[in-house]
Amino acid sequence: MKQTISVLVENQAGVLNRITSLFSRRAFNIHSLAVGVTDDPAISRITIIVESGNSVVEQVEKQLNKLVEVIKVRTLDEGTFIGRELMILKVSANAKTRPDIMTLCDICGAKVSDVSTTSMTMEVSDTPDRLDTFQEMMRKFNILEVVRTGVIALQKGAGKI
Amino acid sequence: MEMTGAQILVEGLRREGVSQIFGYAGATICPIVDELRAAPEIGYTLVRTEQNAGHMASGYARVTGKVGVCLVTSGPRATNLITGIATAYLDSIPMVAITGQVPSHLLGRDIFQEVDITGAVSAFSKHSYLVKDAARLPRILKEAFYIAASGRPGPVLIDIPIDMQEQMADVSFPSEVDIRGYHPSVRGNDKQIAHVVEAISRAKQPVICAGGGVFLADAAAELLSFAERTGIPVVTTMMGLSLLPTDHPLNMGMIGSHGNVCANKALAKSDLLIMIGTRVADRAILSPDEIKRRMPSIHIDVDPAEIGKNIQPELPLVGNAKVILNQLLERDLSVDAKDWVAALRSRREEELSREEPLQSGSVTPRLLMKCLGQRLRPDAAVCTDVGQNQIWACRHLWLGGCRFLTSGGLGTMGYALPAAIGVKTAQPERQTVVICGDGSFQMAMNELAAVRAGGMDLKIVLIQNGVLGLVNQIQSTPPYHGPFGVELDGSPDFAAVAAAYGIPSMYVESDGDVERTLDRFLAAPGAGLLIARVAPTASTND
Ligand SMILES: Cc1ncc(C[n+]2csc(CCOP(=O)(O)OP(=O)(O)O)c2C)c(N)n1
Repeated sequence: MKQTISVLVENQAGVLNRITSLFSRRAFNIHSLAVGVTDDPAISRITIIVESGNSVVEQVEKQLNKLVEVIKVRTLDEGTFIGRELMILKVSANAKTRPDIMTLCDICGAKVSDVSTTSMTMEVSDTPDRLDTFQEMMRKFNILEVVRTGVIALQKGAGKI
Repeated sequence: MEMTGAQILVEGLRREGVSQIFGYAGATICPIVDELRAAPEIGYTLVRTEQNAGHMASGYARVTGKVGVCLVTSGPRATNLITGIATAYLDSIPMVAITGQVPSHLLGRDIFQEVDITGAVSAFSKHSYLVKDAARLPRILKEAFYIAASGRPGPVLIDIPIDMQEQMADVSFPSEVDIRGYHPSVRGNDKQIAHVVEAISRAKQPVICAGGGVFLADAAAELLSFAERTGIPVVTTMMGLSLLPTDHPLNMGMIGSHGNVCANKALAKSDLLIMIGTRVADRAILSPDEIKRRMPSIHIDVDPAEIGKNIQPELPLVGNAKVILNQLLERDLSVDAKDWVAALRSRREEELSREEPLQSGSVTPRLLMKCLGQRLRPDAAVCTDVGQNQIWACRHLWLGGCRFLTSGGLGTMGYALPAAIGVKTAQPERQTVVICGDGSFQMAMNELAAVRAGGMDLKIVLIQNGVLGLVNQIQSTPPYHGPFGVELDGSPDFAAVAAAYGIPSMYVESDGDVERTLDRFLAAPGAGLLIARVAPTASTND
């Protein structure tokens, strides 16, 4: 089962290394990991998606908490948070295929960010499964390159972790 | 105050009350070492290989309760220290390791003797710092000592590029630490304490399983009071050995694959398992699932991550063992475990009084350990190595009150001698004995130099069986087909080696001589080596 863990850490060199080394050493599987600074420049937020049962996630949480630079750890319950991922995707495109691609972009809420005589590049931000769907739809146009950020997530409502 | 990084470091060590460093000087640590010349109140022991600086600091820390400090330089010196750091990590020893590093503006260019030591030890250090500004050193030192010693103790590394040691900075020294994400629990939750008291009062056959965490929390006396007040029998892990004297009426021995029969029986038959300061590792409890199926358990540990890692207890209790035991002792504790203890006791006595047929031509390890232990002073310290010698010592060494030290977590051969040197450095008057195998001894015997240089009256008992005994024993048991690569051919004349360091030797070759030789060996002044000839076929299962 995929679980979403939100972690606040001190924004310092070496923190990410400690976290990834912890995951590999304890044989925890990371599905994705996204980092960025918060409103307080001294603190970064990491969103980690792990593919594990509850007892493993509990151990992940505890082990993360042991790292000195980790300030807070919270596993977000399904349905209580907004999780989004950004994807940039490039496909082959010509005058003939362009309209079809545009239609799909419209349906899926993707934005065209670059176009050339032989290609089109789109960006889309959504839940991971919707990104999967969009990627699937684009496949027939010959995908040239894809990049995804991994999910970032925030709790719904006024609460903070 | 305007100071160089090196001056800041040495002043910081003073302020942390450091009185001893185990080290190995080299180019990139020279500015600090130069400052140490001007700090005679800080003792300095030159090791012969850096790994042993870690082990000495470990022995020192374990008997003093202070943070052990080691100091080496960059590159191969730092990598040599790694085993010392990992050994300390697995046994949760409070330690600060300081390494010199190449100049900071050259970091990452693979210049001469550069290694990423903070990266290398990240999986087995509690925390680490790479100093990039000398002005941060006062805070880094304060934090490092605090992190090393608080909560679940462990080694902390500070890597200091040489230019940071030379850099001038205007600093003040903080008197407090406040680390945003680090607040180890100390007191046990009162509600949980009440549940624990209730569970204990309902149990008919409770057993306490105590580990090294009890020592780390300096809670041996509280454990004893708790056991005696409740009458609950105690078993220990290897790291918990010597918490209670061998013949204490409530001590049922050591559990685990190499443990005592009575202790394992107590564990298997109990109806409430009370784990204190133990991580329930595989050597102690082979199948946590089986334990979980059979009986409810209480787990008291300062590290929340230990709870539920190997065994899921009914009642977790996070906090410092000393504080929690005192919280429990404030309560009304009533347990009736008399029949249960009596049954275990008779089994235990049978085990302890077992007589061996005497051998000649070689020594029976069980007899040697029992007689050795019985002759030690109540405040002695014993350090064992790894292998059969360790297992024999764990099972049979008579522990009257002395402190037992071994590398339980990592099982590092060569630990005993340097750890004992660390003990002796801290407490020169304390009777200290090393128990080692002929393989392990050869991993650390270069440190006899420190014994000689320090004029230490350290006693070393060498179990000479001519093989890597434990491996030999494993290879001699199916599915393996027999010993290979375990004969210690070419070993030196150990008495001659000791003599080269000015240390006299004695031999013991048959059981009939054990008691007499031990008496002479222990009574002799100064350092001494006792070479006990043991048959290569002697097994830990005998
Ligand atoms: C540094 C290190 N190397 C190898 C081992 C694996 N090992 C465990 S016990 C043992 C044999 C030890 O031989 P010796 O010191 O002669 O002791 P004995 O078993 O004979 O008492 C070995 C090789 C280890 N634990 N640590």
